[in-house]
Amino acid sequence: MTGERQDSRLLIETLGLTKRFGGVTALKGIDFRLKEGELRCLIGPNGAGKSTFFKCLTGQYKASAGEVRLRGQCLRHLQGHDIAQRGVGIKTQVPNVFENLSVRENVWLAALRVFGRQGAREKSEEIMERLGLTHLAETTTSRLAHGQRQLVELAMVLAPDPDLILLDEPAAGMSDEEISRLVDIIKQLNQHGALVIVEHDMQFIREIATTVTVFHQGEVLVEGGVQDILDNETVRDVYLGKETERC
Amino acid sequence: MSKLMNWSGSLLVVLAGLLALVIVPSIVELYVLIDLSIYASFGILALSLGLVWGYGGILSLGQAAFFGLGGYAYAVAAINLGDSASALLIGIAIPACFAAVLGYFMFWGNVSDVYLGVMTLTVALILHSFISQTAGDQWVIGNAPLGGLNGIPGTPILSWPWSPDASMTLREVYSVTVVLLLCSYLGCKAYLASNPGRILVAARENELRCQLLGYNVRRYKQLAFVIGGGLAGLAGVLFANSVFVNPAMFGLSVNAQSIIWVIVGGLGTLIGPLVGAFLVQFLTKSLGSISQVPGLAWLDPNLVLGLFLVLFVLFVPKGLAPLFRSASLGLFPLAGKAGLRKSSTNGRQRSGT
Amino acid sequence: MDYVASLVLQIGSSVATLVLISLGLAIIFGMMRIINLAHGEFLMLGGYCTVTAYNAGMNIWIAIFVVAPLVVGIFGMIIERFIIQYLYGRIIDTMLATWGLSLALIGIVTVVFGNTTSGVSAPLGSLAIGDYRTGVYSILLIPVAIALVGGGWLLLRYTRAGLIARGTMQNAAMATSLGIESRRVYAVTFGIGAAVSGLAGAMLAPLTGVVPTIGAAYVAKAFITVISGGAAILTGTVVASGLLGTLNTLVTYATTPVIGSVALLSAAVLLLRVLPQGITGHVFRRNL
Repeated sequence: MTGERQDSRLLIETLGLTKRFGGVTALKGIDFRLKEGELRCLIGPNGAGKSTFFKCLTGQYKASAGEVRLRGQCLRHLQGHDIAQRGVGIKTQVPNVFENLSVRENVWLAALRVFGRQGAREKSEEIMERLGLTHLAETTTSRLAHGQRQLVELAMVLAPDPDLILLDEPAAGMSDEEISRLVDIIKQLNQHGALVIVEHDMQFIREIATTVTVFHQGEVLVEGGVQDILDNETVRDVYLGKETERC
Repeated sequence: MSKLMNWSGSLLVVLAGLLALVIVPSIVELYVLIDLSIYASFGILALSLGLVWGYGGILSLGQAAFFGLGGYAYAVAAINLGDSASALLIGIAIPACFAAVLGYFMFWGNVSDVYLGVMTLTVALILHSFISQTAGDQWVIGNAPLGGLNGIPGTPILSWPWSPDASMTLREVYSVTVVLLLCSYLGCKAYLASNPGRILVAARENELRCQLLGYNVRRYKQLAFVIGGGLAGLAGVLFANSVFVNPAMFGLSVNAQSIIWVIVGGLGTLIGPLVGAFLVQFLTKSLGSISQVPGLAWLDPNLVLGLFLVLFVLFVPKGLAPLFRSASLGLFPLAGKAGLRKSSTNGRQRSGT
Repeated sequence: MDYVASLVLQIGSSVATLVLISLGLAIIFGMMRIINLAHGEFLMLGGYCTVTAYNAGMNIWIAIFVVAPLVVGIFGMIIERFIIQYLYGRIIDTMLATWGLSLALIGIVTVVFGNTTSGVSAPLGSLAIGDYRTGVYSILLIPVAIALVGGGWLLLRYTRAGLIARGTMQNAAMATSLGIESRRVYAVTFGIGAAVSGLAGAMLAPLTGVVPTIGAAYVAKAFITVISGGAAILTGTVVASGLLGTLNTLVTYATTPVIGSVALLSAAVLLLRVLPQGITGHVFRRNL
């Protein structure tokens, strides 16, 4: 079966993924394919459906129609934690950490499921080191700055060694130094697994991305290389135009 | 720092327990000792709610359902089996199983916090009215009549496993109760330090994040709820040994009292609810005897407990434990400051709705 | 035939009883998102108002339909001003505070009236259907329940006051900016919920008698009904009462009243497992 071999290279795929909230259709039949080890950026104006798309992938929302397949397996009947156990990690748009626990405890809890008590201790030290969080290990996360919390959440996403990492606006609120560290980390991560990144910062995207998918009003507008997308007239109109206006 | 306090807390409890075991029995009268046994069984009930609510965030307003079930299961088993040691285990197992079934419906039904509180309370009240009407000959399990409103006055007293025919003396019951209270406290500590315990607390902090990390949050909540049910059952068994089983064990006032202990002591600690239980029960007991005095009848225990609850929710919503904690760190709690902070949160939330 | 007619009347008054004891709770919960654990005691107070007024020589109907709702309604508004208003948005704290209130009320009433059952005899005598006799008064519960639900529906749906109340509950800040005094709306809504509870307690007092702890007997069923009913206050309460009341009566007929209550609870738990949002959760979200 040659088809099966092709499927095995496909990591995640959505077929006609549709999500309705009452009368509003947030996603209109999205077909999306991501290969193992691929790095993809999602862009699109606010309300284009990027975060909703992520929530459908991680099981926080149930699709109204269509389906999500992870390595060919349909995720429709799986709960959020089942999907996470299959190697999908997400950093949500609003930092989503254990506010009253220390940075170390946060990362340790994230690693615990996969590595066990002792293994998680070593793993969390290693990751905090890698993300430059070691000096903050004992700090309660609620006391951290926004950018630092983003890093903590990133550390938590990395801790279980996921195969697919979804990052929703990871660079928001970060200093330039933190962003350049983030770029390095993302490149490193991409050597082991696939990533999908929602981001507005074009400079950032240029530094990391190979392929970009543009969402507009719940649909995939266009998909292609970074430069092609930047040159695309329609994309400029719906997205970059707005972006420059805002700046 | 917090670790040190954790340990000093446990040490304090163990020391208090040893004191209660070695010194107290030789200096107080028997009737005081019986009261203390009752308080200690309430202490275990408080621990169970402190665990389930304070650490698991599961608002079980009907914790007395398990307390009563434990007592009744113990009494019925002891009367039928004649062996009170296995009856003790049954008195823990049955409420734990009941908690498992109830928990399944609540956690897998995605019942929200608030509904969960109402449902547990409703279950306790229905059990209360069910057991209250079991007077008469048709309500007998084996050799044990359930006895309706009168309960089972002849609830067998525990016996030592090596001499099953001789019941313990009330002094021995006291010692066993105190030892089991200590074990429960240390057991809760150990559970909270274990992986499932850590994940439970994490889920209370941020349930979504826990799920996205791949933890099946329901299962951890279910486990905590079952442990809490078993503990409450144990409390019921011990209560039945110092008093006897009766429908009031399921009733509104035991449910309310257990909530008040935890509120007074403070959510998110184990020592708080324990101290809360002793404090509030001592107060209630004293009030009960004062209100017998002519002219002081208005000091009805229900009235005072109710006002207590209202005032604590309004003015000390975090309970006494945090006050003691900050006091022990050298920062004296400023009542005025706490009040200010609270009213400002009110303002914010009010305008938010 | 007589048997069926009598059973139907029984079911009718059982459903009406559920509607009566749940409606006040449903109004306060549905409109204000407040779980009032003192609900049972509001019913109890309504009962005591009636008994006291009647014993003081007042006409029984005035005692039931005027005194009880008025007194309990005003009491509810006072409670809203002194306790509830500080706790909006803190739903669990509201539950605990109203529970404290519930205990305190039991305590006060015990001190004042003693821990014994008092009552008035049900007026209107009884009605014979073939071999079966039913109290006319318990049939009267049916039209009263219908009138309350209908009145509530008209009030919320078609009057200015109803519109203001619904608007304030959905967005207090917006209502305030439109010049509505939302504090007063909250207090009045709570008061109306309390008044309905008072009336219900008064209606039931001649049938059950009153005792300080009677609230606990009502509150469990009221909660089951309101939770099973779901988001739509009036529709939900009526549908859930209809379902659970019928079940309760039929099981009670076949076995005993307590098995009937257990069946009611079990049905509600199963229902919630299937429909976590209650019967009207998805269908009638924005309706009444």
